[in-house]
Amino acid sequence: MSLLAEMNQKALNLGLPISVQLDITYRCNERCVHCYLDHDDHGEMTTAEIIDVLEQLADAGVFFLSLSGGEVLMRQDFFEIVERARKLLFNVKVKTNGVMIQAKEAARLRQLGVEQIQISVYSHRPEVHDAITKLPGSLKKTIRAIRFLKSQGLKVSIANVLMAGNFSDQPGVIALARELGVAYTLDPTITPKMDGDTSILALRIPGSDLKQVFNNPELVGNVEEFCAPPPAPGEDIMDGFPCSAGHTACYISPYGDVFPCVQFPLPSGNVRRQKFLDIWRHSTQFKEVRSIRARDLPTCSTCAHVGTCTRCPGLAYMEGNMRGPSAADCEKSFQRTGIPSANMLARARVVSVGPLIQIQSLAGSGQTCAGEDSFVTA
Amino acid sequence: MAEKYIARSPAIAARMLGGEMMVMSAADSTFFTLNEVASAIWQAADGRTPLSEIVSGKICEEFDVDREQAQRGADRFVDELSQHGILLVSDRPLMETDSFPPAESR
Repeated sequence: MSLLAEMNQKALNLGLPISVQLDITYRCNERCVHCYLDHDDHGEMTTAEIIDVLEQLADAGVFFLSLSGGEVLMRQDFFEIVERARKLLFNVKVKTNGVMIQAKEAARLRQLGVEQIQISVYSHRPEVHDAITKLPGSLKKTIRAIRFLKSQGLKVSIANVLMAGNFSDQPGVIALARELGVAYTLDPTITPKMDGDTSILALRIPGSDLKQVFNNPELVGNVEEFCAPPPAPGEDIMDGFPCSAGHTACYISPYGDVFPCVQFPLPSGNVRRQKFLDIWRHSTQFKEVRSIRARDLPTCSTCAHVGTCTRCPGLAYMEGNMRGPSAADCEKSFQRTGIPSANMLARARVVSVGPLIQIQSLAGSGQTCAGEDSFVTA
Repeated sequence: MAEKYIARSPAIAARMLGGEMMVMSAADSTFFTLNEVASAIWQAADGRTPLSEIVSGKICEEFDVDREQAQRGADRFVDELSQHGILLVSDRPLMETDSFPPAESR
């Protein structure tokens, strides 16, 4: 076990939050087609409120702090916030589109000892990237920012969200990352909008493309190992919990709302009305999230993938049940190994049960699977 | 032997976790954990107090250890952390290091 993993385990044993993502604004200078946020300002926390939150997080034991948005540089006080965070000795990671970063901003981030900058890049081709961000010239500015940051010796990583519209450009983005000398991370996850609108899920890449990703040694390393059938789960797996959300990590919105994770929109308290540690220790929502073990998941506990699946409880929550399966992760497990998940098999059974010939009126037909996983309905 | 003054570098991240100090260098992402004794030296590294005084006044008293043994351990600890740029070491008092240079006018 690495030293870092040991510290995570220790934080878990002590019930401490070691990692927090704080979105300081939802405002943004880009309008990405897949974005789940409402970019209007509905009353962001003030500088003083954010600094108070940072002090509370430091007192609570938080070590890893991700500052994200929206676009973080839309806030005039961004560097004041970073400076205070660094004085409080957080390990700070900044997520940005880089459009507003020039030489001076890059130098300041270096001075302040920011650990890492994550920048979203959707394609190496301006016509594709800019069509996704809806900001003409954005790729050029983003690449320029990466060069400024690199020239300061900062660690930069490119985050490449994969959608149907940019999937074929993924090798180009990897080549761009290589040319710029930065790390590359890929994310095929598209989540519903915060208001529950699921229309953007149509942007997700199809399963066949996922399979291609999982069989690319450049991305996954040893393909045979990565795509191996899951081993039978032991007791430790069944007594385990799905991820760090609510256990050692949480998310705070620009309005002070606290959630188990940025992808788990279960309102658990608000730092404008309550102390952070009171929410962390005593909110009924966090307690419920922490109480769930793999053996408590009605479908997933019976699934062959239970020990290796990337099941996101937040996505499951958005699908209606935090103890339920997350269809997107079922699809990933299936495309990775070729073995259908318990959820897929259950749905297939529902579809196949019944008479061999059915006669229905057009208005009443086919509703069982509408909007569900494309694999099942295909 | 010349006196040593030690100060925490501003280019690190640190947090106490269950009696151990986690320290990470932003420069090379090296991650350390410090035990209770090392954490006490770390917290006393204000750039103004000589290392020998930290050892005799804090470490020996709080942890009931032999002075020579504690000094040897503290020297090794300081050497190692200074090699990673996590502690700054000087033979004269260091200026306040817990602050960053001011931003250039924007």
